[in-house]
Amino acid sequence: MAIDKSMNVLIVDDYKTMLRIIRNLLKQIEFNNVEEASDGAEALSKLRTGNFGLVISDWNMAPMTGLQLLQEVRADGRLKQTPFIMITAESKTENVVAAKAAGVSNYIVKPFNAETLKDKIEKVLGHA
Amino acid sequence: MPDSFEGKDILLSERLAEIRARRPATEPEIFTEVVRAVLTAMSENLTVHDTALLLEVEELGRTIANAKIEIAALKVDDINGCHIPFATDELDAIVAHTASATDAILESCETLDIVAGTVSGEAADKLQEATTRIYEACSFQDITGQRITKVVGTLKTIEDKVARIIATFGPKTAGLPTPPPVELTREEELLNGPQLPQQAMGQSDIDKLMASFD
Repeated sequence: MAIDKSMNVLIVDDYKTMLRIIRNLLKQIEFNNVEEASDGAEALSKLRTGNFGLVISDWNMAPMTGLQLLQEVRADGRLKQTPFIMITAESKTENVVAAKAAGVSNYIVKPFNAETLKDKIEKVLGHA
Repeated sequence: MPDSFEGKDILLSERLAEIRARRPATEPEIFTEVVRAVLTAMSENLTVHDTALLLEVEELGRTIANAKIEIAALKVDDINGCHIPFATDELDAIVAHTASATDAILESCETLDIVAGTVSGEAADKLQEATTRIYEACSFQDITGQRITKVVGTLKTIEDKVARIIATFGPKTAGLPTPPPVELTREEELLNGPQLPQQAMGQSDIDKLMASFD
């Protein structure tokens, strides 16, 4: 299944540096329509007013965490099918289990490399 | 109570009343003095076992008094007033400096990416490969930032513990109630931050776990 790389991608992280890194890595794999949010609440607001084909989010943010954002997305009738990748330093089994239970599409542990990011995006969008 | 105890009992009561009048607050020295007074008053009626036990209690009181002196010598106020704030400021400075350095590296890397777009063939591929590696490496700033946040949290805990020691042994803050233990929500329990390398699950472990749900 061909991946539409012109889709809007929302990246969510409270570290500006990480947003910049992910944006640049996405650009290198030809995803050029990238928007940023610095926490879950801002991301949810952008998701509800925009049209995004993929969300890539950190977990550990305040006031709304990545997990809470995921739960909100999955509970929203219009957004619930949006592919959602968690990129986080939270690497305990219970975290992965909680994310999966909340409906995460894939899970990347930090520090990650470009190949892993590309691979997970292809897997998620290939199944979308 | 047998008749033979009555005289000593009155004597002990008077002695305790005298101590209470002199120093109403409970102090380890007073505790020791009370035990000694009890021992003196009752020594003729105690078994060997009782005497040994009371001597141990007296020793415990002396140990507490010595600990108080040693803690005072440590200047615990300096720990909360000076050392911990200094350490947290230093850690904040590390985060700020690494963020600034990472931004500069990323800016240069983005310039290289633009240059890569103006060339073609093997040179373009090599340039992009190099910038990709730089982007990946720069994510250290996020990880170190989270680790430092955890260390700052630990320092705050130490600060609280020191404050409790001061409250217990220091006259100014004596008698403060102990705060109840902090109850974490399920969400908070899941926020552990980066694991140390030897404890962390790698991406392949995460992949296996994710696959196990399918």
